[in-house]
Amino acid sequence: MEAQCINILETLAPCLVRGGMDPGLAQFLSIAAGVLIVSAIPLVSVIIFIWIERKIAARVQDRLGPNRVGPFGILQNLADAVKLIIKEDITPAGADRLIYNAAPIIAMLSVILIWGVVPFTPVHIGADLDIGVVYVVAIGSVGTLAIMMAGWSSNNKYALLGAFRVVAALVSYEVPMIVALLVPLMLAGTMSMQGIVEAQQGMWFVVAAPIAAVIFYISNLAETGRAPFDLIEAESELVAGYNIEYSGMKFGLFMASEFLHSFTVNLLFAIIFLGGWSGPFVHQLPILGVVYLAIKSLIPYLFTIVLRSTVPRVRIDQMMAFNWKFLVPVSIINVLLVAFVLKIIQELGLSPSPENVHDFAANVPQAVILLATNLLMGLVTLNVLRNAGRRERIADQARALRTAEQRDSAIVPSAS
Amino acid sequence: MLEFNPQLIVFFLFAILTLGGALGVVTNRNLIHGAIYLIISLFGGAGLFVLLSAPFLAAVQVLVYIGAIAILIIFAVMLTRSMTSMRELYNRQWWISAVVAVLLFGLLVLGVIGPVWVADEEASQPVSDLVATTQDLGVALVDGNQYVLPFEIASLLLTAAMIGAIVIAREDD
Amino acid sequence: MTVVNEWAFIGVFMAVAWLLPAAPLVISWIFRPRRPNAIKMATYECGVETVGDTWVQFKVQYYLNGLVFLVFDVELVFLFPWAIAYSQLDFFAFGAGLLFIFLLTDALIYAWKKNALEWQ
Repeated sequence: MEAQCINILETLAPCLVRGGMDPGLAQFLSIAAGVLIVSAIPLVSVIIFIWIERKIAARVQDRLGPNRVGPFGILQNLADAVKLIIKEDITPAGADRLIYNAAPIIAMLSVILIWGVVPFTPVHIGADLDIGVVYVVAIGSVGTLAIMMAGWSSNNKYALLGAFRVVAALVSYEVPMIVALLVPLMLAGTMSMQGIVEAQQGMWFVVAAPIAAVIFYISNLAETGRAPFDLIEAESELVAGYNIEYSGMKFGLFMASEFLHSFTVNLLFAIIFLGGWSGPFVHQLPILGVVYLAIKSLIPYLFTIVLRSTVPRVRIDQMMAFNWKFLVPVSIINVLLVAFVLKIIQELGLSPSPENVHDFAANVPQAVILLATNLLMGLVTLNVLRNAGRRERIADQARALRTAEQRDSAIVPSAS
Repeated sequence: MLEFNPQLIVFFLFAILTLGGALGVVTNRNLIHGAIYLIISLFGGAGLFVLLSAPFLAAVQVLVYIGAIAILIIFAVMLTRSMTSMRELYNRQWWISAVVAVLLFGLLVLGVIGPVWVADEEASQPVSDLVATTQDLGVALVDGNQYVLPFEIASLLLTAAMIGAIVIAREDD
Repeated sequence: MTVVNEWAFIGVFMAVAWLLPAAPLVISWIFRPRRPNAIKMATYECGVETVGDTWVQFKVQYYLNGLVFLVFDVELVFLFPWAIAYSQLDFFAFGAGLLFIFLLTDALIYAWKKNALEWQ
């Protein structure tokens, strides 16, 4: 019976009960242990994420990045944390103290709580809620509230202005994100995170739903305030945005939550579209799942970082127009198109049955048809976009010409 | 005598959050503080939904009410000048709202107590037997014999709400 | 694990997780220096004296945008169950979903035509 007690995470409660403990208490202890582990992972890993980001951003900008503290500067963030902790904390006059202090905690909390439903391996997950996806979206929306609280309680015009702008943008981009999520939900037939990964054993959803994946990725860039949508820290126009008045560790928490959020959404991307922990031999050795998941989420994450250090920032009106006039219509049409084609596939009996959903070959017909549909739609979309861009350029040129003529006609009479 | 029951403790915790938050909303002079109290109250409501085995509703409560309506309320507060510090807690319409609130409370009490005390076979069934999954909800919503009409009407209602709001908010046409 | 247990985990998680960001704040509160003065605590506006009230009146644009978002949010909540039950549904259900989304798109087109989506 000793052998069963090796894997502590799964069998902690039964083992403790066998050791003569009250079952209720044992259950509570195993939950508490799970909570500690799940919440410690994001906090430890955020230090590494910030280091990766600084290092890559530095390389893109032809700098070295942190390279003094520890090998390759990997301990730089620990040093920074110590610095932030011993810094004087300035609460601005007239600030609403309780809300002001609660805002950074809620910002961080809204990110950490997402990790509670992340399936790390086939067996290791904090809580496999049957509404996992809605939970993630709901918790994510609490983050915007933290920004609003921070902006309002600082008693600073620019903080409030920044917060309003950012919140308006963040809530708008939630719409295409949720619409895009409907496609993998349709394919998986469940909202449980573990169930979504299970449904991708045969074929990753990114193959069958590439447009949904791209829309999800783009709206997540905006949700996490990443370039080109980093209006959240438009230092040139808003001093710094909603967190101007924050200093010391409170500012540090906002920054850390931003970095962690950026990785977390890529983690979700990997789970929902790239098959999560699935990979070879993962059922024999569950812990391999963590490695697969880490690799899969690092790929989009690295892309995010490179994107951040290369593209310019958009204006707020451009950002809103892009959302409401492009992303939302495209995502809605995409959902309808996929729903229609999927129903035809299901009626024709080409979709994988629950028995062979884990089989690669059984998934091929459905995935190929959906992929073709998506590619066709992508081509049409790009064409529409190109024509719209061309029209806009022509209109711009005409306007420039008109103003030039007006200027000339204004100058000529006065000269004669 | 009450037995030690973790669910009961959690219930009272959420009930206190809900009621305390609601009390904070109506007694606060600062409208933004009121909005924060409202969020606490709604969060307590979400917890109660979980205890009632309706996790989807709980998540929707957080997503829609905390993530969208609370934000909208804060936007609305900032639209109106000098509303962040009300001088008066009451206005002249307080007695109308009192009457409406008492009537609504009575209605809710009737609604809650009614099915429990009526010796109805179906209503006295334990809740756990009636629990439906979110998937069942999806099937019921678009089933021609069940809720497809309310489903479509909900969409129509929301569309009407949005058009109405745009018409009211835009004064230039 | 049973359903109740899953939510017990989330409950304990929520109760514990806020301590993790709170801990560095408490540590910082112990170690940091405290030498406040009026200039230091003044509202930061790049060195310019603060003029007027912070809590200024905002444009209706924010409210409209929030409202459009809210309408979409509520609609999408209805579509979540529809999406996960999709493989059990027939063509009629697809039509119902189509009509639902069509009505939603109607509102979007109206907002677009009325320039409510324009950010001025």
